[in-house]
Amino acid sequence: MRATLLLALLAPGAAVAQTAGGALAASPPPERQQALVRLVRQDCGSCHGMKLTGGLGPPLTSAALNDRSVETLVATTLYGRPGTPMPAWKSMLSEEDATWIARQLRAGFPEEPRAAR
Amino acid sequence: MNRSPLNSLIVVAAALLAGCAAAPAVAPVAMGSGDLGVVVGRADGTLTVVDTSRKQALGTIAELGDLSHASVVYGRDGAHAYVFGRDGALSKVNLLTRRIEVRVQQAGNSIGGAISQDGTLVAAQNYDPGGIKVFDAKTLALVADIPANYDVPGAPGKRSRVVGLAELPGRRFIFSLFDADQIWIADLATPGTPRLTRFTGIGRQPYDALLTPDGRHYIAGLFGEDGLAMIDLWEPQPKVRRILGGYGRGESPLPVFKMPHLRGWAVAGRHAYLPAIGRHEVLVVDTETWAEVARIPVAGQPVFVMAQPDGRQVWVNFAVPDYSRVQVIDTPTRKVVKTLEPGAAVLHLEFTPKGEAVWISSRDANRVSVVDTTSFATLATLPIAAPSGIFFSSRAARLGL
Repeated sequence: MRATLLLALLAPGAAVAQTAGGALAASPPPERQQALVRLVRQDCGSCHGMKLTGGLGPPLTSAALNDRSVETLVATTLYGRPGTPMPAWKSMLSEEDATWIARQLRAGFPEEPRAAR
Repeated sequence: MNRSPLNSLIVVAAALLAGCAAAPAVAPVAMGSGDLGVVVGRADGTLTVVDTSRKQALGTIAELGDLSHASVVYGRDGAHAYVFGRDGALSKVNLLTRRIEVRVQQAGNSIGGAISQDGTLVAAQNYDPGGIKVFDAKTLALVADIPANYDVPGAPGKRSRVVGLAELPGRRFIFSLFDADQIWIADLATPGTPRLTRFTGIGRQPYDALLTPDGRHYIAGLFGEDGLAMIDLWEPQPKVRRILGGYGRGESPLPVFKMPHLRGWAVAGRHAYLPAIGRHEVLVVDTETWAEVARIPVAGQPVFVMAQPDGRQVWVNFAVPDYSRVQVIDTPTRKVVKTLEPGAAVLHLEFTPKGEAVWISSRDANRVSVVDTTSFATLATLPIAAPSGIFFSSRAARLGL
């Protein structure tokens, strides 16, 4: 319970810092962004590594994704890559979510707040 | 398993003396290693050392690096553990002194390891660079480097990611090559010159594997097709055989948000309980005939399917988004008899040595729950930040763990 409370308190500050980078389209609300950071770090991290340096899945660091467009990343996220273990996440993520994640990945993905980890 | 109390005491005394000689960190306590265990704290790179009898944390071992997907094997004294980090670091830790004794950076990206039957060799399985590396269990000096080389038409000399590593009787290790659709056995009878046996065309994309508790059968799960690859290692000329072929029956698979893990005791009596890929089912196969005998519907994509040490129950956890639940299968009736919700994001479970309790890690609830396997009551909870793998020292005496 305490961790959840801390997470809620930390979220607004963290969200401002992230959107200050300049999001063009509508971004998910701050609480959703925080949940997405956790999902990417922890659950995408099962295959891509918690530090996104790769594992069964390829690295998702900004350097590794330099030559991938946001559109490509969104399509891969939502629809998966047939023939590989990458599943379609569309049952859990909206297009808005996936677009926000793709932008953050290209820019260098945010860390989770310390208290939430 | 049949260690006498006297032997255990001698082992512990020796371990303590060794620890003191190296560096007196924690005041030595006169305790054995049989009720020790570790819980991986994946976010902050620590191990919490636990006592499974007192159901308490004893202390932590920190600065172990990136422990996402970390796994642990035990030296046969049950007091030393080897920790394989995602970042390619291999650390030898002492649970009694709670210190790191040796640490080597052995690869760029690692996924786990195994220890030889005689406890003298530790092997790490690596994604990058793909292959296994074998180390002296005492010093972690490199003994053998075995790249998982394979050729594809037009692109020779590729290296495969390695999964499903287990020790075999003798100084041998068996492992699967995810990218090459192969299974290899490395024989280190002469450590400097490993002898390799390669099985090719075993089925598409082996993602993990298990060794049955008797060390006889090696079973690799296939991501790229419905079925598993099995080798009977007791045959004079072992060969790969497909089991549970076509278990999906042409239905379109559900998304797999996390790869199942096969390592663990999924064998209960003569039956093996295996996760179906892309199906919310546990498959039951007869290990004498290798025919499917049942499929049990469960609450999500199974990740770990683990049998209680006596085989009476099989416990199952699940991939996101169904990972707040744990289900219990009663093996005589092959039915789910209990669904528990021990806390959000259950990542792992581990039975106590004789199975009266199971410890369950709930990552997002930041706790480990100790659950009675008869009454299903929660006996204790331990606050641990983002816990994942739980490994008890009883693994030291088991083949394939």
